[in-house]
Amino acid sequence: MQRWKGAQDWTKYNTRGPALIPRMKTKHRIYYITLFSIVLLGLIATGMFQFWPHSIESSSDWTVEKRSVHDVPVVKLPADSPIPERGDLSCRMHTCFDVYRCGFNPKNKIKVYIYSLKKYVDEYGTLVSNTISREYNELLTAISDSEFYTDDVNRACLFVPSIDVLNQNALRIKETAQALAQLSRWDRGTNHLLFNMLPGGPPDYNTALDVPRDRALLAGGGFSTWTYRQGYDVSIPVYSPLSGEVDLPERGPGPRRYFILSSQMALHPEYRLELEALQAENGDSVLVLDKCTNLSDGVPAVRKRCYKNQVFDYPQVLQESTFCVVLRGARLGQAVLSDVLQAGCVPVIIADSYILPFSEVLDWKRASVVIPEEKMPEMYSILQSIPQRQIEEMQRQARWFWEAYFRSMKAIALATLQIINDRIYPYAAISYEEWNDPPAVKWSSVSNPLFLPLIPPQSQGFTAVVLTYDRVESLFRVITEVSKVPSLSKLLVVWNNQNKNPPEDSLWPKIRVPLKVVRTAENKLSNRFFPYDEIETEAVLAIDDDIIMLTSDELQFGYEVWREFPDRLVGYPGRLHLWDHEMNKWKYESEWTNEVSMVLTGAAFYHKYFNYLYTYKMPGDIKNWVDAHMNCEDIAMNFLVANVTGKSVIKVTPRKKFKCPECTAIDGLSLDQTHMVERSECINKFASVFGTMPLKVVEHRADPVLYKDDFPEKLKSFPNIGSL
Amino acid sequence: MQAKKRYLTLLSAGTCLALLLYLGGVRLRAARHPPPGSRHGPRPGGAERPWPRFPDALRPFAPAERPGPEGGGRVSPRQRRDSSAGLYRGRRCRMESCFDFAQCRKNGFKVYVYPQQKGEKIAESYQNVLAAIEGSRFYTSDPGQACLFVLSLDTLDRDQLSPQYVHNLRSKVQSLHLWNNGRNHLIFNLYSGTWPDYTEDVGFDIGQAMLAKASISTENFRPNFDVSIPLFSKDHPRTGGEKGFLRFNTIPPLRKYMLVFKGKRYLTGIGSDTRNALYHVHNGEDVVLLTTCKHGKDWQKHKDSRCDRDNAEYEKYDYREMLHNATFCLVPRGRRLGSFRFLEALQAACVPVMLSNGWELPFSEVIDWNQAAIIGDERLLLQIPSTIRSIHQDKILALRQQTQFLWEAYFSSVEKIVLTTLEIIQDRIFKHISRNSLIWNKHPGGLFVLPQYSSYLGDFPYYYANLGLKPLSTFTAVIHAVTPLVSQSQPVLKLLVAVAKSQYCAQIIVLWNCDKPLPAKHRWPATSVPVIVIEGESKVMSSRFLPYDNIVTDAVLSLDEDTVLSTTEVDFAFTVWQSFPERIVGYPARSHFWDNTKERWGYTSKWTNDYSMVLTGAAIYHKYYHYLYTHYLPASLKSMVDQLANCEDILMNFLVSAVTKLPPIKVTQKKQYKETMMGQMDLIINLCMGSARMSYKPFSLGSYGYSTKGNCSCWYL
Repeated sequence: MQRWKGAQDWTKYNTRGPALIPRMKTKHRIYYITLFSIVLLGLIATGMFQFWPHSIESSSDWTVEKRSVHDVPVVKLPADSPIPERGDLSCRMHTCFDVYRCGFNPKNKIKVYIYSLKKYVDEYGTLVSNTISREYNELLTAISDSEFYTDDVNRACLFVPSIDVLNQNALRIKETAQALAQLSRWDRGTNHLLFNMLPGGPPDYNTALDVPRDRALLAGGGFSTWTYRQGYDVSIPVYSPLSGEVDLPERGPGPRRYFILSSQMALHPEYRLELEALQAENGDSVLVLDKCTNLSDGVPAVRKRCYKNQVFDYPQVLQESTFCVVLRGARLGQAVLSDVLQAGCVPVIIADSYILPFSEVLDWKRASVVIPEEKMPEMYSILQSIPQRQIEEMQRQARWFWEAYFRSMKAIALATLQIINDRIYPYAAISYEEWNDPPAVKWSSVSNPLFLPLIPPQSQGFTAVVLTYDRVESLFRVITEVSKVPSLSKLLVVWNNQNKNPPEDSLWPKIRVPLKVVRTAENKLSNRFFPYDEIETEAVLAIDDDIIMLTSDELQFGYEVWREFPDRLVGYPGRLHLWDHEMNKWKYESEWTNEVSMVLTGAAFYHKYFNYLYTYKMPGDIKNWVDAHMNCEDIAMNFLVANVTGKSVIKVTPRKKFKCPECTAIDGLSLDQTHMVERSECINKFASVFGTMPLKVVEHRADPVLYKDDFPEKLKSFPNIGSL
Repeated sequence: MQAKKRYLTLLSAGTCLALLLYLGGVRLRAARHPPPGSRHGPRPGGAERPWPRFPDALRPFAPAERPGPEGGGRVSPRQRRDSSAGLYRGRRCRMESCFDFAQCRKNGFKVYVYPQQKGEKIAESYQNVLAAIEGSRFYTSDPGQACLFVLSLDTLDRDQLSPQYVHNLRSKVQSLHLWNNGRNHLIFNLYSGTWPDYTEDVGFDIGQAMLAKASISTENFRPNFDVSIPLFSKDHPRTGGEKGFLRFNTIPPLRKYMLVFKGKRYLTGIGSDTRNALYHVHNGEDVVLLTTCKHGKDWQKHKDSRCDRDNAEYEKYDYREMLHNATFCLVPRGRRLGSFRFLEALQAACVPVMLSNGWELPFSEVIDWNQAAIIGDERLLLQIPSTIRSIHQDKILALRQQTQFLWEAYFSSVEKIVLTTLEIIQDRIFKHISRNSLIWNKHPGGLFVLPQYSSYLGDFPYYYANLGLKPLSTFTAVIHAVTPLVSQSQPVLKLLVAVAKSQYCAQIIVLWNCDKPLPAKHRWPATSVPVIVIEGESKVMSSRFLPYDNIVTDAVLSLDEDTVLSTTEVDFAFTVWQSFPERIVGYPARSHFWDNTKERWGYTSKWTNDYSMVLTGAAIYHKYYHYLYTHYLPASLKSMVDQLANCEDILMNFLVSAVTKLPPIKVTQKKQYKETMMGQMDLIINLCMGSARMSYKPFSLGSYGYSTKGNCSCWYL
């Protein structure tokens, strides 16, 4: 990389070279050019000499070396070399894990070191294990390509040996343990992570790796509740090689040909009898497959399943069923789980005491059905009781789990490291939704930042924020009117005019609450939504300096409504967005309509939190766009709030007119045609930036309980409401 | 040739030469020192390089599935289950090995409490625990029906030095004839062990019993068998419970103090290290960590050089003030792992910062504590300030709200703690119909969401936004008929026709709760939607809220037979409900008030400026509330309603407001809704509210105060 860049620079220099040489006689010119070129060449050569060996050295840092697995250093293990102690069942992060190695870092990421590959032989020169497996190599490659990786053993928090223990059957247990013990940073296995998918061996098939490993963490496939050290070990899937070989396109959720399907070949006869009993009871909707006995040569047995004489393609047949049985074998973890998830079939897990893969973070109740072995005969009726919509939900979830956490060794490795990372930096842990929600749900769901159902006390009151430029007279009228509202606690004037000073203190209306004037550095509309420190209440009333017609009752009532809906925009002038079928785009509507989807922030209550969102989290370039166009800040606010809460606005009171009484327009705000066009443009622009239309259309508004009731006005809380 | 030009050329050539020499020089120096750009310096052995790419064709880690070795000649699964049950006992107990499911599957999840024996003293806390169980819907007085057994012997305090300690528990327990070596028994415990080692042994052989224990350590905790409960004081209320302290969200969410703690320091012995080290982090400004050495009689004997200074500082601050004004509250372990500070912080909306290594946090099986607390590590005490300062304000806002949700959902009363414990155990027994993590960790919480109703989250009114779903856009009308059909002009028939015309109406159910026999089919008017007539079996009021299978929509429009509504009114109410699917949306509104002269709650249907209830004579709500009314409410309340043949609507309002913590929504209508007898209502609401077993008792409703009182919202078309 570097070298190439260097050469380019030089060529540039070279092409510029001749231009430097002054015009002169040809003979001399040739002479000088030659001389110059020689010097230049010398320079280039020196430069190359300077950088060349260097770049070889550094390129080995960044680009990766290619080497054969057979061409690695050999380590001889003497027969008496130390053996680690057996795994300590009481190990937990706070007892067996050294957190000091991980340290505090701004990214909250652990650093993982991989030991280099070696070949271990015993005293007699016999290999301790086979060469590294394809899957373990993939796993280590994934780690070394990931953000977690470090090649500096001194900075590492977690160590991953390159000794492949994925499959215990391929190991010599004692010698593998000896190999682990002689790793340079072994230190009783502290902060070492081993990956194992097939633990135990005949006849009793332990549910955790039998290799003595002292304090090392185990990422194991097939833990039982007795061997799994909760919060220390990580339960991982058993990788299915078919994941890489077979491409099963995602199938839409919905009813499938079979209701229950069993595809495992090596089932215990007792289980098979029970499954066949189910099949006999429920007929064609249950299909119990087995291995094929008379396949012609050349057909891989793993890719076929048979029922009587019928031959089915595996794993494709899994897509034909709603539920797929995943029964325990000799081991608890079964690779078939991965195939089943890939097919989008809902796994029915029948393996008592099995710790499901990544159960620390994955919510398996949303993707599977767990049935106790004893209840196998009741499986059919249990599954029948699940609502169809839940089945569809689980099908989608199952497929998502496969795509995110099962599909490759890389996915498995990274999920494992992330889980450990989440334990070490729990305050930066990935959220439940992030782990569990499929992309479609992440996209369509909202998580309201103000999710707690709270009705703030009336006593806190609200802060009125008036944005003004130079309409002082009108501004003073607004201030006087607003100051009559009982719950007003402070009035903030945002003086957006840099060319003119605000009136002197003595000229301002005298009001009963504090009045503060903030001067802005630039005349921008977004200044009205800045989260000023002066705003000390939760509720903010944004009001234009020309909205003079709102009565004190109307404003107080608006505040009361906001208290009941503190996460919404509660305002007076309502507007609507419509889909224009002719133009095929959104249109802004301010006429009398039965529906409302926005309230203008010329007069609206909202939570101060939304000021933060508007100022710091507004998506895309909307904020700048609004400031540049000097329009639509209110529409942007409506989009923002609706998008983050998923809720509609609330329009209060029937009022339609807000400005000077002498105006004849239906609403005070600009009615001219270009204005409407511009506002429509805003809606289309924002909808494209948000990638969706978050605004919600509603047909209701809030009025006081006794509004319009035949009842003495003086007994009503808000009598002065109603004029349009 | 001009000299000028020649000089220029020479000069440039000279420059080049100089550059050449310079670079050459650098090169020479570089040979001696490693270049500064090199990232890692020399490596030991030079072999440690990133993982290489191996071009070799590698073998797979597992041979392709071969039917054979796994298939035949293995132990029978049944045998293995039996042998594991025999193998894993005591410390290694799990549901699979130490719990008998058969009883539960037969009779459902029923809990039996041993009768209290004369002369046995039971401390108030344990009285509350037992009362909570006896008042729950799980309680059975018949041990033959029971799935779970709870002792009437006080096991809460097993500290031998405590006055509440019950002696000879071992023999008392062994003499219980249903004990069966503790099988299917649940033992509640708050304190175990005593000075100096504070072991987690409860001082008697618990056999195969489950523990619901406070301050339990991960080493002793048997996952999915024991339940970790919070440490609560003897003053913890039996039911209802105080609200969380958070009244409003402040922006920015930071408070006066960043991190506070005030508590005892033990100087020596188990668990003393962390508190002894707190002064390192204390800065007297926004991190205020105060300890006192004063505890016990002879603290002076052990006091260290810091004690006097610490004690003086300790007196300067008021704990309540700090609690209310702190963003984070430190919860370091005491002698035992759990401490009262935890629930105090949770209630005060002060985000707990846990410093208690190895404490299995309360209800950790279902609660995701990362959403409500910062789980620190005692070993990294000095990093705590920088850690919490690095937490984004948005996260603080979320953490704080979550503390309040969890406090009110699971911790605010003994009843909630006990019910949460029981529900967790029930979920284990009926695994395929249990709550997922989302239900437990989102409002309104696991206690109000009964998985038996449906395993599909979209069938509940609470998760539409979380899952990006919407309720079905049709409703089912349920008309409660109590008078015989005599004329064709009866209001019920007009109502039926008006409702059937609604564009959102999917079906109408007439619940025939009249003593007279069902009218003939042709007596009902012909409508475009199906009309289903159900004959009420018991003809009681509560039957109008039975979760009938016939209801196929999410929304229910509940109607009295004499309600007068027009089609547009029905349509409008339904569109409003779609915006508030978790609430009751309806027409007739009522209010409650505190009657100072009578010192009890009053009910009024008079013209008022506010309301707290919307009567179910004309209201739309989610179908799930039928299920909740029928299966969640204690039988005593329902039978009271049935005896009075009244108040079912008030009870429904109580229920929905207790779940949502929000008022109902009134939509407007011309005031023509029928009036009822007020005197009786007045009496009844006090009965309802006075009932001791309701978790939403008068004071809790009172303390919701405004929250159940809609002040304004009256919706207009």
